[in-house]
Amino acid sequence: MPGKLKVKIVAGRHLPVMDRASDLTDAFVEVKFGNTTFKTDVCLKSLNPQWNSEWFKFEVDDEDLQDEPLQITVLDHDTYSANDAIGKVYIDIDPLLYSEAATVISGWFPIYDTIHGIRGEINVVVKVDLFNDLNRFRQSSCGVKFFCTTSIPKCYRAVIIHGFVEELVVNEDPEYQWIDRIRTPRASNEARQRLISLMSGELQRKIGLKVLEMRGNAVVGYLQCFDLEGESGLVVRAIGTACTLDKLSSPAAFLPACNSPSKEMKEIPFNEDPNPNTHSSGPSTPLKNQTYSFSPSKSYSRQSSSSDTDLSLTPKTGMGSGSAGKEGGPFKALLRQQTQSALEQREFPFFTLTAFPPGFLVHVGGVVSARSVKLLDRIHNPDEPETRDAWWAEIRQEIKSHAKALGCHAVVGYSESTSICEEVCILSASGTAAVLNPRFLQDGTVEGCLEQRLEENLPAGCGFCHIPYDELNMPFPAHLTHCYNCRKQKVPDVLFTTIDLPVDATVIGKGCLIQARLCRLKKKAQAEANATAISNLLPFMEYEVHTQLMNKLKLKGMNALFGLRIQISVGENMLMGLASATGVYLAALPTPGGIQIAGKTPNDGSYEQHISHMQKKINDTIAKNKELYEINPPEMSEEIIGSPIPEPRQRSRLLRSQSESSDEVAELDLSHGKKDAFVLEIDDTDAMEDVHSLLTDVPPPSGFYSCNTEIMPGINNWTSEIQMFTSVRVIRLSSLNLTNQALNKNFNDLCENLLKSLYFKLRSMIPCCLCHVNFTVSLPEDELIQVTVTAVAITFDKNQALQTAKTHAEKSLQRASTDNEELLQFPLELCSDSLPSHPFPPAKGWSKHLESASSNSGIPAAQRAVTVEKASPVGEGNFRNRSSPPCANSTVGVVKMTPLSFIPGAKITKYLGIINMFFIRETTSLREEGGVSGFLHAFIAEVFAMVRAHVAALGGNAVVSYIMKQCVFMENPNKNQAQCLINVSGDAVVFVRESELEVVSTQQPTANCQPACAGGEVTT
Amino acid sequence: MTSELDIFVGNTTLIDEDVYRLWLDGYSVSDAVALRVRSGILEQTGATAAVLQSDTMDHYRTFHMLERLLHAPPKLLHQLIFQIPPSRQALLIERYYAFDEAFVREVLGKKLSKGTKKDLDDISTKTGITLKSCRRQFDNFKRVFKVVEEMRGSLVDNIQQHFLLSDRLARDYAAIVFFANNRFETGKKKLQYLSFGDFAFCAELMIQNWTLGAVDSQVDDMDMDLDKEFLQDLKELKVLVADKDLLDLHKSLVCTALRGKLGVFSEMEANFKNLSRGLVNVAAKLTHTKDVRDLFVDLVEKFIEPCRSDHWPLNDVRLFLNQYSASVHSLDGFRHQALWDRYMGTLRGCLLRLYHD
Repeated sequence: MPGKLKVKIVAGRHLPVMDRASDLTDAFVEVKFGNTTFKTDVCLKSLNPQWNSEWFKFEVDDEDLQDEPLQITVLDHDTYSANDAIGKVYIDIDPLLYSEAATVISGWFPIYDTIHGIRGEINVVVKVDLFNDLNRFRQSSCGVKFFCTTSIPKCYRAVIIHGFVEELVVNEDPEYQWIDRIRTPRASNEARQRLISLMSGELQRKIGLKVLEMRGNAVVGYLQCFDLEGESGLVVRAIGTACTLDKLSSPAAFLPACNSPSKEMKEIPFNEDPNPNTHSSGPSTPLKNQTYSFSPSKSYSRQSSSSDTDLSLTPKTGMGSGSAGKEGGPFKALLRQQTQSALEQREFPFFTLTAFPPGFLVHVGGVVSARSVKLLDRIHNPDEPETRDAWWAEIRQEIKSHAKALGCHAVVGYSESTSICEEVCILSASGTAAVLNPRFLQDGTVEGCLEQRLEENLPAGCGFCHIPYDELNMPFPAHLTHCYNCRKQKVPDVLFTTIDLPVDATVIGKGCLIQARLCRLKKKAQAEANATAISNLLPFMEYEVHTQLMNKLKLKGMNALFGLRIQISVGENMLMGLASATGVYLAALPTPGGIQIAGKTPNDGSYEQHISHMQKKINDTIAKNKELYEINPPEMSEEIIGSPIPEPRQRSRLLRSQSESSDEVAELDLSHGKKDAFVLEIDDTDAMEDVHSLLTDVPPPSGFYSCNTEIMPGINNWTSEIQMFTSVRVIRLSSLNLTNQALNKNFNDLCENLLKSLYFKLRSMIPCCLCHVNFTVSLPEDELIQVTVTAVAITFDKNQALQTAKTHAEKSLQRASTDNEELLQFPLELCSDSLPSHPFPPAKGWSKHLESASSNSGIPAAQRAVTVEKASPVGEGNFRNRSSPPCANSTVGVVKMTPLSFIPGAKITKYLGIINMFFIRETTSLREEGGVSGFLHAFIAEVFAMVRAHVAALGGNAVVSYIMKQCVFMENPNKNQAQCLINVSGDAVVFVRESELEVVSTQQPTANCQPACAGGEVTT
Repeated sequence: MTSELDIFVGNTTLIDEDVYRLWLDGYSVSDAVALRVRSGILEQTGATAAVLQSDTMDHYRTFHMLERLLHAPPKLLHQLIFQIPPSRQALLIERYYAFDEAFVREVLGKKLSKGTKKDLDDISTKTGITLKSCRRQFDNFKRVFKVVEEMRGSLVDNIQQHFLLSDRLARDYAAIVFFANNRFETGKKKLQYLSFGDFAFCAELMIQNWTLGAVDSQVDDMDMDLDKEFLQDLKELKVLVADKDLLDLHKSLVCTALRGKLGVFSEMEANFKNLSRGLVNVAAKLTHTKDVRDLFVDLVEKFIEPCRSDHWPLNDVRLFLNQYSASVHSLDGFRHQALWDRYMGTLRGCLLRLYHD
């Protein structure tokens, strides 16, 4: 009996009137965990009952503790008939199961009913006593921390980044069980909510077990999704990156900890299969063929035979790529081998992270993606979800092979998604092929001279742009030049990635959100015919999406895309493609050429004139964009850069240069023929439309910027004013004019209008940037298109924006010289967090932190030693941490929500656990609730409220890395009904405002560091 | 292409003050959009009419959802659904409970009943305030009235506590509740020149001095009902005009004191008996509920109008009323000094406020 769960029901308030006669309610509460139920007394005739119950105690296995939610039901007592349910609260007690997170859950929770929404609140206190040494229980994985954040959480340090963990569980969907015909909608919804809660608990536990097997203690970048497969069942799947994390705030605990991982390191069975459920291991081609050979029957894998041959060539490229580097060649080769050996033994060298510790990311190859179309069938045995596992394993293999083709042995910024319509399902995976530094993969504490020297040799701000593949044996045709920054290595002309912009990247000007939007009509079809039709359409869609992205990027005068996310959604009679990314101008990459349009019939005079008019418009737009985004790269003549590389250039005349280098493009090169990427040929009205649509994208109004990455390149002085929001639009297409063109226009207008509305609504926040703009498209019905956007608007200080990063750095250094240790680290951390163009010259991050920390003479030797070892990009003083609770208490009440991993102007001092919530709302009185808009508006507001309440009850004041993973909306206006399912997740945290930190540091300066505290007082 | 669904939900609820005002003023979405277009917002922001329409709809929906909470403002503070900064909450409440001068003058002193509610169409037509806005204002009055009636303690405090209004607005509501409870007539043509502020001022003085609360702070409705005993006692003041000697003595005291100080001395001297009779008779009549209702009509008829027709300057009125009240203390035969002060102290304040064009 390893755990005792204790629950106390304190009081309720704002309860609904359940008894019409008295206008009051006789409420009592049922507390259920697993199969045990307790009841409170009935509190007669009150809308604000005070139960003040005893402690209800549940003695349970820790396995159950992880899987089961605590279920609290508020009911109205009725002497003569059945008691009426008022509503429920589900509490995930997982955050109480690991020591560093929350210790108690206590607060007001909204009482939620799937038919009526929120009906009052209930005050609950929950505690858990864990008895035994948890490590002995292998069925549970208590103690493994989960983070949605796709970077190393702010108050931790990554000792080892182990790698990819994945798991999926399947079940029958209660909505489709026979019993659903006889039970009420409420019962059905509750069964579904409960089941999904159970399944995600189970999934998390299983993932935790895998992490423990890998000797990790945390999962970062945890992404859990639901596939509502309808008749065929319900799939809950999750991916993440297993890590060993160290809390930065406890130096005492740190020293022993830094020994153990290194010891552990030798024991780490890297070759141990982290994924026992899947049968495949290693990237062998035969396996691939095998999967392919059985697929025609049921699965319609999109991979063509040409891609297979492509892939079979790849190991050669991967191995030979060591010769690419000239500078520091031997080291690099060594490093490569090390990394390779570390990574190759893993089944999938994937990382769901999008931002990395300095030095982790060595080179970036480009985007790799894979899709496959499957037919869903009933899941016969929920305990053996082999089919779904095999599907994903197949796709992951493909991704792995693509990465190899790019000379990379790892994939970062990796994510998976599905789109389901009836019995057809598109599985998608994408990521960025990369070469990684082995240090974090094996052992974070040994910092041998090898790494040190390597780091010095790595050019700053451009290293990741250098091609990882062999230029003589390129996997695809690309236009290479010498790096514009270091002028030593080769770089591609454009770079597409799915990751965030690395903090040390040198960027010129500001970035902007770039979207490619596309619709394709498709005939309605059944089963296999339908799947074939979709499979046939997919390559063309991907190709067009890429072309659009490329053209729009050029139109902006930029040369790289970050955070690229391509979503293909399937509907009854159409496919939708939506790609979002943040365009930037990387200083290391060459200036993009303009766009040239060429007509087919050059003899026609008026046509010629029209073309030249268009050309002028395009040129004007590029010039305007360059000005708007402040892109003015230093003039550099070809000679300085070094002689152009003749051979690739010649090739680029013949072949389309497309360096985003995903496999599709490689495949499609043949069809694309001998065109130059920069030439748009206008040969028919379609092409004309395309050019027009390029020019119709309106830039955001002045004072607004937008990006879909965490931070906006070129803006670094965020104020603390943030506003997270979700906006949903559904349009109905008139069925008359359904042509591809009309569809495209409708879809384009929908997205553009939505953005315009956002800019208008948030105009009071100017100057402001919309960060992490996340669009999702779905096709809920025949002629309906639904677009959901979640983003955060952050105000920045315009005046400070004019200051260069340099002066900012100088200031922080000045402060550092007088400050104590904690205050020193703070501005440094600020820089690395929020300055995209890092103030420090070349070798930055880790080593630089060391230098500046040790140059501070005010720190006593012993303490300095600790600092040195602890120093990391997210370095944090223990001092602040200890003094944070009183500050945190003062801000309870307001809970901030943000899709970003940080809160501007504040410091995250504690992670309280993952928030992962699933809600269903249904109505049979749609008109009375204000129609579909009124219904969904209220529901989303309620979801926000429930997230905030849970965070507040954990003692937190913010949710970071918040994401609305699903928003499935169905309506039936004729029956006056609607239903919506929403799934959200994020990390509950405690943050402290920077201004408060400084106050605290003067209040109790002597507590931790005696000699240096005087400095702290001077500065604050 | 038609928009089926279009919503925006912020973690912090966005409140647009201008749209809130339009909503409170009872404009429909299309009217509100038209008004916003006219304000030049499209030119300022470069937005389109469609954007404005969607934005207005969103705000209206939010306000509609908030309205339920605004009916019991403490709920707005404790609810969890809308995260709104305290300053914005205060603004929402304050604006929601704010009322139009023109509207309040129409219903002040009327019974807050269904009957009055039926007349709102007429009021709407007469004042140009939308029917929707009239309903909101009327319902606000009624809601406040219902909550605070039969409650113990200070009226203003009760209103403030249950509706979280600013001090100023809570006082106004106290006046409205007080007037509605005592049904003072304010709609007569003679009284049209008076503003709500004038009445509110009088209400405050009356609450302070003439209600039960003025003598005992532990009874229900202490600030809403007039002190019955006090009203009964006021009959005793009749002696001031009924006893001729006393009246003459009173007159001579006042005239002696004011000789040379008053611009309208002769008019005052000529009118003294009439004025005094008027003021004392008003007091004596207050035992009847019907006459209580006509208090303001009587004051205007018996005192304000005679003075105004003789063109008394305000300062002369003040000097006269001061002297008129004070001189009673020198009347040896008069025994109800305290009663007189309680009556006249308030009445003097009211009259001075009501004396204008």
